[in-house]
Amino acid sequence: MQARIIPIFEHKPVGGCGATGGAGKSSCGSAAGKGDLPPEVWEKVKNHPCYSEQAHHHFARMHVAVAPACNIQCHYCNRKYDCSNESRPGVVSEKLTPELAAKKVLAVAAEIPQLTVVGIAGPGDALANPEKTFKTFQLIQSSAPDIRLCLSTNGLALPDYVQTIQDFNVDHVTITINMTDPEVGERIYPWIFYKHKRWTGRDAAKILAERQMEGLEMLTAKGILVKVNSVMIPGVNDDHLVAVNQAVKSRGAFLHNIMPLISEPEHGTHYGLTGQRGPSAQELKALQDKCEGDMNLMRHCRQCRADAVGLLGEDRSQEFTTDKVAAMEVNYDADARKAYQAFVEKEREDQQAAMQAELAGLAEEAGHANVLVAVATKGSGRINEHFGHAGEFQVFELTAAGAKFVGHRRVDHYCQGGYGEEETLETVISAINDCAAVFVAKIGLCPKKDLEQAGIEAVEEYAHQYIEQSLVAWFKGYLARLRSGEAVAVERGQGSLRQGAFVA
Amino acid sequence: MPYKIVAEECTNCAACETECPNDAILEKKGTFVILADKCTECVGHYDDAQCVEVCPIPDCVVIDERLPRYAA
Ligand code: SF4
Ligand code: SF4
Repeated sequence: MQARIIPIFEHKPVGGCGATGGAGKSSCGSAAGKGDLPPEVWEKVKNHPCYSEQAHHHFARMHVAVAPACNIQCHYCNRKYDCSNESRPGVVSEKLTPELAAKKVLAVAAEIPQLTVVGIAGPGDALANPEKTFKTFQLIQSSAPDIRLCLSTNGLALPDYVQTIQDFNVDHVTITINMTDPEVGERIYPWIFYKHKRWTGRDAAKILAERQMEGLEMLTAKGILVKVNSVMIPGVNDDHLVAVNQAVKSRGAFLHNIMPLISEPEHGTHYGLTGQRGPSAQELKALQDKCEGDMNLMRHCRQCRADAVGLLGEDRSQEFTTDKVAAMEVNYDADARKAYQAFVEKEREDQQAAMQAELAGLAEEAGHANVLVAVATKGSGRINEHFGHAGEFQVFELTAAGAKFVGHRRVDHYCQGGYGEEETLETVISAINDCAAVFVAKIGLCPKKDLEQAGIEAVEEYAHQYIEQSLVAWFKGYLARLRSGEAVAVERGQGSLRQGAFVA
Repeated sequence: MPYKIVAEECTNCAACETECPNDAILEKKGTFVILADKCTECVGHYDDAQCVEVCPIPDCVVIDERLPRYAA
């Protein structure tokens, strides 16, 4: 197995965050950048790929599937569906004991120095399996204290475990909250199991909503960071999620992650079987924009499988299956991990500084222009993926304020064994047809032409350079070309969202 | 006495195992089973059979017709 190698490029920092002429809380950083957050919060989130958009380029997470039982039923989940060919959030193909899970964490940490976070997210509910969940945390803490712990829950059992969560130094909790109104809730949750009884309908939704809010308040009162996940279900809770956003914001949630419903008939979920559709990329973005306000909204979520391993957008879980881990000899090197993380810190500062420097003069030129572009990257904040090898594209919005990450689009690899396939290219194009350009490390002539015909410019000039800085540099040129008439702004498509959790 | 788990339906999620007040449920060769002599149908503990209430799969935990109902 080969560790990921981060190329080091010559780079002269041109000025820090303060250099753009502002005092203190300048325009440093985007959605989850340093400048927007109190220092103690930044310390907690800066290396967490799920909490910080910047961190997700550099750091890795893994989930250990020690919690198979659940205490509620959701219409977007089919508990029977547990197959390694297919996957979606919360589904896992192997179950782990706490002991094996802890060993797996050490094995992965030794192999992938980017690993900073271990989470328990299912396939059931972390808090419906409290013994297994907390035993696992205890074992990880005693052997790898530098790793951060987080858990995900539906919130039903949460108020009973807030103290335990604090005692085990879990510093991030994710609660899935899809509604605060039981009338909406009864269309999402057929039943819950609470106080030794199965509850259905509005009663069930009411209890769940109350327990979620109570748990959220208790956690934030203790200073534990809470991220709220919401599944956007068109026609069920899409409008209502604005109210949910208000409710969780006012109770101190740190981040709100609105995710598209995953719903395909072959998943066998209630929604899948009854034809409930998921949202388009545009619908999702519109709702996210509506909710953004002064709260951090997470747009980089990949809806990982419950046993995902690696950077967001990649899954190396196949290298760490139960059998392989059981047979492994683990060599945990805390110093190597520290060195890597220090390197990344420097690299991130450089990238931010580079973008800030590039911003000079943009505001006047850009006016109200607003352009989406797609980027092929395999991490580290650089344009470093071949067009044909990209399993996803990251989408950035370019405005007078610079480049902002707004989402990602998963696609099939265009290059399958050396030759591209026309059909795949079409789906790639439809996934990014709302973008004016796609930035790649390299691209073949044919796909480049086809993209051009679809109104998408393929840009190779910035291969292996910093993403944000490159985008801003290109944006300036693009604006100039628009002015001179060399480029024309065209009507763009909707950007179709691929269904299913990320599998590499 | 009379509850049983239909092995083909069971997802091995272990939810029932945790809820059983009589420790009557355990994993055996990759699937969960109810020990008939320990199951009291939850009588004396709860109004409803916990394993039935918590199981995510419909008709996975069912009455075992071959056995007499539990009498306290
Ligand atoms: S009915 Fe009650 S006692 Fe019997 S197996 Fe189920 S949970 Fe246990
Ligand atoms: S709750 Fe149902 S599916 Fe889960 S282990 Fe028990 S019988 Fe099997």
